[in-house]
Amino acid sequence: MIKTVDLAKVYQTDEVETTALNQVNIEIKEGEFVSVMGPSGCGKSTLLNVLGMIDNPSGGEYFFNGEEVGHLSERKRSNIRKHNLGFVFQSFNLIDELTVFENIELPMLYTKVPTSDRKKRVEELLEGMNIMHRRNHFPQQLSGGQQQRVAVARAIVNRPKVILADEPTGNLDSANGDEVMKLLTELNASGTTILMVTHSQYCAEFGNRIIRMLDGQVVTENVVKQYL
Amino acid sequence: MIALKNIEKYYTNGFQKTWVLRDITTNIAQGEFVTIMGPSGAGKSTLLNIIGMLDSGDKGEYHFLDEPVMKLREKRRHELHKSYMGFVFQAYHLIDELTVYENIETPLLYRKVKRSERQSMVAEMLDRFGIVAKKDLFPHQLSGGQQQLVGVARAIVARPKLLLADEPTGNLHSAQGEIIMDLFKELHDEGMTILQVTHSEKNASYGTRILEIEDGFIREDYLVRQGGLIGH
Repeated sequence: MIKTVDLAKVYQTDEVETTALNQVNIEIKEGEFVSVMGPSGCGKSTLLNVLGMIDNPSGGEYFFNGEEVGHLSERKRSNIRKHNLGFVFQSFNLIDELTVFENIELPMLYTKVPTSDRKKRVEELLEGMNIMHRRNHFPQQLSGGQQQRVAVARAIVNRPKVILADEPTGNLDSANGDEVMKLLTELNASGTTILMVTHSQYCAEFGNRIIRMLDGQVVTENVVKQYL
Repeated sequence: MIALKNIEKYYTNGFQKTWVLRDITTNIAQGEFVTIMGPSGAGKSTLLNIIGMLDSGDKGEYHFLDEPVMKLREKRRHELHKSYMGFVFQAYHLIDELTVYENIETPLLYRKVKRSERQSMVAEMLDRFGIVAKKDLFPHQLSGGQQQLVGVARAIVARPKLLLADEPTGNLHSAQGEIIMDLFKELHDEGMTILQVTHSEKNASYGTRILEIEDGFIREDYLVRQGGLIGH
């Protein structure tokens, strides 16, 4: 599903060059749940952004479903991204002035899903996550845990093949964090591939494999368990 | 445009009532640029959110363009909010996986604006804010100041009558903050009504009137003197 060959990312500011990713070679198979760990600044979020096609690699190759996407035009990558990838971020990234329903609906406005289907899909997710009664509320009227559930609902409403999650429990207390991890585990069990960046060893072990990074490089890979 | 009468907001904890807003009575006319100031926890953001219909008061009356907001059905409230208001937040609230162009376009998708019209409205914003070259970039590829420019562009792309801003420069360096405030001033000169919450006297000096709030009450209400000096 995802494969990189000598993937590199270098930032250039004035006269300083910063290497965020240095010869990263990883492979993630369909159905896997992979956690990426490492200290702040090790390049794990950059890796997630490049694999999520919201940042460009400066070198190497990135194959998504067998197609090299690192050098595609923005238009083509955008199309692949919108139909295949879902994103969950630490800060939820909800729009405060849109209701819960509208926030979840948002990605479908960019993939031309018909109105009747949109309504059905959003309602299914609201039901499944026990937030139906919150559909007309605004994000700030919800608890952090509920906000992150809305964010997860938005990430999966287009039925992505891969979910990319950057510290999805970073702003949550442990009970709400557990809820989100449970949700990701269920999505993985139903076939969605997941790549998650986290600081927490506890969260990382929900995955079947842990990749550890340091200074822009992959240093170890551990199998935690077999995936389905 | 906005008429508030005896607005109260409180939380009940067991038998204890915690007041957030008390006896808020004031009018804001079209074309005003009003700043809400006061210490943290005074109720400033709550007042902004009630006026913006993201939250509602527990008692009192609120008329927006002569409609009794607190008696309206949620659907109508939502329509008013969507047709007349734009929001800017301290934390930008951009969607990380959408480009600058798409982030600005978002409010138009909910208003069912035609594609060709959307394109010209977004292009106008990109042009006005000098960010045409950034249109295909993602939020994390921009500086904080640029992200907030995109936040403001998104707030005004649908041409709202009222712009609500909660600490819009709170995360910015002073130079970036000035660019945002100059922009607000321009929008105000063009006739937009603006309501901002801020801690900064400098930002308040861009406006025409100041409401000082403390412990949920309006303590002071005065005009800003021409030339940007604040006084009673």
